[in-house]
Formats: sequence, C-alpha cells, structure tokens
Amino acid sequence: MTLLGADELVINMGPQHPSTHGVLRVKLKLDGERVIGSECIIGYLHRGVEKIAENRTYQQFAPYVDRMDYVAAVSSGLGYCEAVEKLLLVEAPPRARVIRTILTELQRIASHLLWLGTHALDIGALTPLFYCFREREEILKIFEKYCGARLTTHAFRIGGLQYEAYDTFERDVERFCKDFESRILEYETLLTQNRIWIGRTKGVGILTAADAIAFGVTGPVLRASGVKWDIRKAAPYAAYDQYKFEIPVGTIGDTYDRYLVRMEEMRQSRLICLQAIENIPAGPIMAKVGKVLKPPPGEVYHAIEAPKGEIGYYIVSDGTVMPYRVHIRPPSFINLQAFDRMVRGHLVADVVAIIGTIDIVLGEVDR
Amino acid sequence: MLDKVLFYFFAAIAVASAVLMVTRRNVVHSAIFLITALLATAGIFLQLRAEFLFIVQIILYVGGIMVLFVFVIMLVNLDVALQQIQFARQKWVALLVALALAAQVGFMFWTSGKMAGQGLPVLTAVAANRLPANSETVAHSLFESYLLPFEIASVLLLVAMIGAVVMAKKRT
Amino acid sequence: MMNAILQATLEFLKLYWAPLLCGVAIVAILPLIVGYIVLVERKLMADMQARLGPMRVGPHGLLQPIADALKLLIKEDIIPDNADKLVFWLAPVLSVGAALLALAGLAIGPAFQIAQDINIGILFVVGISALGIFGIVLGGWASNSHYSLMGALRSSAQLVSYETAAGMALVSALLFTGTLNVKSIVLAQSKDGEGIWFVMLAPVAFFTYLVASIAETNRAPFDLPEAESELVAGYMTEFSGFRWSLYFLAEYTNMIVVSSVATTLFLGGWLRPFASVPWLNFLDFVPTLLIVAVGAYCIVRAPKQPARVQQLFMLAVAGLCFVVGLALLAPVLVPVAKPFYAGIHGGFWFIFKVSLYIYFFMWLRFTIPRYRFDQLMRLGWHFLIPLSIINVLLVGVALIAGAYFNLKGWGLLLVTTPAAVIALVVALLILNAEKERNARQNQTVASDFYAG
Repeated sequence: MTLLGADELVINMGPQHPSTHGVLRVKLKLDGERVIGSECIIGYLHRGVEKIAENRTYQQFAPYVDRMDYVAAVSSGLGYCEAVEKLLLVEAPPRARVIRTILTELQRIASHLLWLGTHALDIGALTPLFYCFREREEILKIFEKYCGARLTTHAFRIGGLQYEAYDTFERDVERFCKDFESRILEYETLLTQNRIWIGRTKGVGILTAADAIAFGVTGPVLRASGVKWDIRKAAPYAAYDQYKFEIPVGTIGDTYDRYLVRMEEMRQSRLICLQAIENIPAGPIMAKVGKVLKPPPGEVYHAIEAPKGEIGYYIVSDGTVMPYRVHIRPPSFINLQAFDRMVRGHLVADVVAIIGTIDIVLGEVDR
Repeated sequence: MLDKVLFYFFAAIAVASAVLMVTRRNVVHSAIFLITALLATAGIFLQLRAEFLFIVQIILYVGGIMVLFVFVIMLVNLDVALQQIQFARQKWVALLVALALAAQVGFMFWTSGKMAGQGLPVLTAVAANRLPANSETVAHSLFESYLLPFEIASVLLLVAMIGAVVMAKKRT
Repeated sequence: MMNAILQATLEFLKLYWAPLLCGVAIVAILPLIVGYIVLVERKLMADMQARLGPMRVGPHGLLQPIADALKLLIKEDIIPDNADKLVFWLAPVLSVGAALLALAGLAIGPAFQIAQDINIGILFVVGISALGIFGIVLGGWASNSHYSLMGALRSSAQLVSYETAAGMALVSALLFTGTLNVKSIVLAQSKDGEGIWFVMLAPVAFFTYLVASIAETNRAPFDLPEAESELVAGYMTEFSGFRWSLYFLAEYTNMIVVSSVATTLFLGGWLRPFASVPWLNFLDFVPTLLIVAVGAYCIVRAPKQPARVQQLFMLAVAGLCFVVGLALLAPVLVPVAKPFYAGIHGGFWFIFKVSLYIYFFMWLRFTIPRYRFDQLMRLGWHFLIPLSIINVLLVGVALIAGAYFNLKGWGLLLVTTPAAVIALVVALLILNAEKERNARQNQTVASDFYAG
C-alpha cells in the first residue's frame, strides 16, 4: 500500500484493546494522522438486562442493575430502588436516606478514582493508577464491611436498607475522608501542573455546551463544557438537600477541564460525607413495604446523578409482581454519542485520551 | 602482516558486498549490503590510520545517508519498480567503461613499486597513541588552510536543507 | 594464504590480548548486569507505586532476572509468515552489536578501557551507537506488518532528531577540552586541567544532553513508539523469546552508554567530587562508608528474614559488602596499595555516577506521562536543537572571554554563568512562543472539523 500522498485509511481499534475500557470497537477514518470520522460499534457486552427484568420480581431484579455499571454499583442500585419506591409511593426513612447518601458519595469517589488511574495510565503516567487503587481499596473495604461485597454490592433494598450501619461505620468513613484530602493533593501534584499532562489534555476533545446539550450528554462531561446541571441540586433525591456542596463547572469542555471537574467532584463528595456522618438520624432503616411488592399500574421515570452522568430508570408496572417494562438510560451510552464530535480533527494518539475522558463502562453502554 | 590481512579482509567484504548489492532483487537486501560495503570502507580507513575519516564515514554515510535511503525504501511502494527490467539499454556501454577502468587499475597494480614514485605506500605498524593527532590535523586544515571551501560547503548544505524543507511543506 | 592469516592472528593476539579479554568479559557479564538493572527498575517502580515488586523468585526477588532469562531462552521462536528471514535475524543482532561496540570506547576508570586512547574517543561512542537505528528500522520492516513498520520509522525518526541536539550538547562540553580523547576529557576536569566538572561550566548543555539521551534510548516520556501498542504496534512486537531479549539488552546497554558519555563529559568521569580540593580529601572515605552502611543494613535485617536460607543469604551479602568496603579502604589508608587508588576508587565513582543517571531515567519513567509523537518531534526540532546550537555559540563566546581575561579553573565560572543565564532566557523565550502557538492551534482544531 502506498503511503506517500496519504489517502483515507480506515483502521480498527478493539474490541480487544488495552485502552478502550471494555469491549468497545472503534472504527477510525484517518487522513494521514488526523481522524476525520469515527464509528463506535457496541453490543459486545449486551446481556439483555432489560428483557430479563420483565421476568423477575422487583426485588429479584435489584442485583442485576449492579452489573451494568460494575464500577459504580451502589449508584445504580440507588437509582433503581428509588424508582421502585416512587412507583410504590413509599419513602425510605431518614436514616436510610442519609446512609444511602454516604455510600453513594463514597461510590462516586471510588468511581472517579478508577477513572483517574486508568485515564492517566492511557496517557502514560504509570504511577497514579496505584495510588488511586490504594484509596479505592479503603472504600471497598468499607463496602465489604457494610454489605459483604466490594464490587457488585446490592447495598440498598426497595424501601430502605437491609443492613444497619456497622458499629465502626462513621469512624471508618471519617478516617477515610480525613486521609483523602492529602491524597487528592498527591494526585494533583503529579498531574495538574505537569506540562506534559497539560499538553496531552488541553484542547483535546473539545465539546461545546451547545453540542453537549444537543447530544444529551450528562454528568462531568456536561459540566466541564460549562453547563451547570447536576440532578443532586436540580431535583434532589436521598438526603442531598440537607447538605451544602458546590457543583464544579468547566469552561472549554476539553479533556483537561473534565479532569479538573472530576477532581473537584471528589473533593465535594468528601465534604458531603463529612457533613453526613456528623448527624445520622436514628430510626428505622426500612419503610413499611410488604414482602411481595405489587406496585399499582403506572409508569415512572426516576433519574439520579451517577458518577458518570444521569442514570435513569423508566419502569412500567402492570400491577403484577414483575415489571411490564424496565428501560435504563445509561449515562455512558448517551455520552458515547458525543465521541465522534469530540474526536474529529485530532491525532490518532488522542483517541485513547478521549475515550478515557468520557469515562465509559461497557457494561452500562451495552446492558 | 596483520596490516595486510586486515586490508584484504575489509577489501574482500567491500567487493563482495558491492557485488551482492547490485545483484539482489530485494531492495532492502541491497541497502543492507550497501551498508556493509560502507562499513568495510570505513574499516579500510581505520586500517590506514585515518581514524577521523573512519568515524565520520560511519556517522555521516552509514548513520545519515543510509538511514535516509532505508526510510525512502520503506515508505515508497517499490513493487512496480521491481517488475521493470533494469539496465535495459546501457548494458554494453557500461561493460565497456567497466573494462576500461579495470584495465587502468590493473596497470596501476602491475607497476606498483616498479617505477620510482609510483605505486602504493607501505605503512608500518605503530601503536595508536603515537599516531599524529588525527582529529586535530583535520580540524587545523579545515579551519586554517581550507576555510573558504569549508564555508562554501556549509552554505551549500544550508541551501539544500532550506530547499528540502520548503519542498516538503504541505500547501495548506 | 592460510599461513599469512595465522601469522596475522597471532600478531593481533599478541598486541591486543588484554582489550580482547576485557571485551569478552564485558559481553559475557553484561546480560547479567542488564538483567539486574531491570530488576532494580522493577523494584524502584514498585516502591514509587506503593507496592513491593518481584518478591517470589529468590529472596526479595533477587533471582528474578535469571528466571526471566531462562524463560526467554526456552520460548518458541516465532517468525511471521512472509517475513524476510535474513533481515529478521539481522535486526536484533545489529541493535545489540552497535550498543555493545559503543561500550568499547568508554573508560570506566583510568585503567579500564577497551579501545585504549583512541584519538576520536567520544565521537566513536556516539557514532557507533547511531548504528543501532538500523536495528530498529530493519526490525520493523522484517515484521511484515504495516503497523510495526510505522512504529519503527517513528522510533528511528525520533532517534535521528535527537541525535543532533545530543551532539551539539556534547560539543558545548568539548569546547573546554579541545580533544575527543576520553581520558583527556576526564583529565581536563581534574586538577591537571580545569579542576571543575563541566556540568558546572555548561549546565544548559548538560540539561540538553539529559533530555536528548532520554529520547535517544526511547525511554519515557519519549516512549510513544514503544508503548503505543494500541494503534501502531511497536517494532518489537513480532520478535519473541531470545530475539526480543536481544532488543531489550540493546535498549538497556544504550542507557548505560549514554549515561557513561554524560558522566565522562559532564560529571567528571571517574573523579571524586572535588578531587582538586585537598581539604575535602575526607570524601575519599565516602565509598567505603556507603558500602559498609549497606552491609550493616543487611546484618540488621538478617534476623528478621522468615527462612534460614534467606538469613544466610543476607549475611553473605553483608560479608561481600564488607570485603568490597575493605578493598575500597585499602588504597586510601595503606601506602602499599596507593597506586591502585585511581583504578579502584575511579571505578567506584564512575559506576556510582552512571547509576545516579540511570536512576534519574527510571524516576522520570514512573512519574510523568508520555509525549504524543508530534509534541515529541516539536520538542526536539523547535526547542532542543535551537537551544543547543545557541548554547554552543554562547559557550564559545564565554571561552574566548575567559582566554582574554586569562581565567582558569573555577574562574571560568565567571564567564560561563552569564552564558548559561542567557541560554536559559533564550530557552524560556522559545517555550513561550511554543505555548502561544499551541494555544492558537488548539483553537483552530476546535473549529476546523465541525462542519457536519
């Protein structure tokens, strides 16, 4: 093949690939070194979760939502439980809501830590991965002590919680949060002012605010483009309305902005946790729901702010113990739509950085 | 004796590489044999106590020009060129010229040492650290006796570089 | 003819048996040394990443290189289908050959040099190590894979680009010596010459050479051609088993070569720090103290080892340290051993400085992310080459000024420091211009491709 006077070239990345964070296949159309078009081919991890939901009772389906975004299982579980609670017209008791908030915020930190470690590794910084996993290990230990599982936790139940917070729960969370401030400083020292990091991430993968809204992008990607939208503030759920926290917003919407936004989000999550553990109300942890859940016929769409964006559950009930239809709006799936817009005009070496900066989990994209 | 054997060793490699270079079908093989021919020539320079020329031959010729050759070979599609028959019309002229040159070189060998002032010099073995300072000698002659040609050559190279950059820039 | 060859061989052996022996010894033990440098890198990487590194094979993983070497030797030798067998065999051999040959020109101590006292000293090392480029390009071509070839061409383009900057940086230091001979260069930094290491006289040149040598050896942050195994497979991909280990050996030997060149030219070679200052002579005890400290540490940790064999091993290492410490102490204290001072202590200091340089390489690898290829080339051509050329000019002017005012030794600092400051200002100006250009370019990229 002649390479002088470069023509268009189509190359294929994945599905088996160290940097696509899962089984993602990307076809890139290149003009020499520049990407002039791309196509994401997904579905390699499709497991038919939404169809399965039609044959499981509401409680039986709860563990399935963990396996979609397996990196941030607690948030997915929260969204599902709250959606079904909306259907049942039931509210979890205050104590349950606060503990749910704490665990979800810890999960947000854990998810962002994993994102940071793998994103830095793709760009060539070998060390932040291990530091991030060291902190993530602490959070997973807390989860394990709480509900017995580290990754696919099934932490929440419909109506509240099954497990009471264990005796050293507040102390563990407080110790983690106290240590975490210096750790974030460690990551920032390694990356934020590093001119190679800035050179690799500034101006790469710019997504304007108008484009972001048009594509339906949510989460840190949207906020980095300059749109101040966070469901925790716009339509508060769990116990978020009781705590004071900021929503970090970027300006340009490039990879560097997304990095800064997620770093700041980790700090804010830490603040929420510290505020929450000061005052966990006493009381029951489970609302009065029966053993057999038969929500009245109707439909509900409930969305929460997962670490990766807005995760939405659209559940249609026909009055029986199994839902008629469950549709999940995964944040990674919708965010991945903007990939083509972000990657055009960049070099091939930037593609990996851009895939990393959207923060996708293929389990969520494919369901 | 060591001198002689070394010379014949390098010379044999140089001649064999040169022959192989022009007879190979595979272009990369030709390039590799050109590299060995140049290295053998550098060896002959070294054997003649011209250390500076030896290393300059390696740095410039092998490390610069041959790298450029190899780059071009690998970037350009040569399958089309390989199909064509080379040396179609110049065979006989080339043979004639080669025979004439061979006759001249043969005459030079045959008369070496027989007539006064002609023929090849014979060098005696001497340890490396008692040789005339090679780089210094070259430097002195370049910057003192032959400064003008040196500067002209530099300007020529500069012009060539600028020309290459201008030609290679994409017209955007 | 056979008689002539035999006679010539005997003559050669009679003249050069000592360097030949040294050469054979180095080629024999270098793979082992390189293996242990790799182990040190893995342990360092682990330490900086809050983990332990290889621990299983041998006590604290000390036999890991041997296990790795055995594994690589017994691996199946896979040759791609349509690969050119001659070139496939030749490429790793070229890389290793060039790297090992370059070692011949280096002087590890005043007494240890294979190609002794050659007039072209440093130029020999630089020129021969440039031959390694062919190993890379031919390796990529022989793999018969489009992506391997592109990776190889990129890697060699990077090497060629940074060679100029490295050469210019070396020239800046060579201006102070007036000779290419390796021993003379080190002597020029001792009390027989200027008495000051050239790193202080030409710090910008040292910095330029540092960056250029990292790019020359394909180390992070300049390892995109190697590590970008996603889209453009590196040139080493199709080589497995022993062939790959040859490439690996070539890379680490290249690291040793560039470190040795930097040590010789900038860090005073085998000289003790402040060799020309008599009241700092107590620094002669530093090597002994260092080694004895390591031995003492081994003795302290020996009882804490879980297995008996590990305890004995630690004690053996401690014993070895004490013997080496004694060997280092003898030339300083015992008058009969004084002539060996230069050889033994020189060897120690040289190896110490080379180790520091290599440690810095490894430290950089684990700390900073890697450059994208176009940023890498831009750094080489737009920043390092202009900086090194301007540095040569400034150092030359400084030297002329120094000769005019008859400055010698530490006095030269008076003229070279302003030169270094001006070079730094020039560097900052170039970087500023690059930053603005970058910002402008990013804006155009953002708006260029969004039509449809």
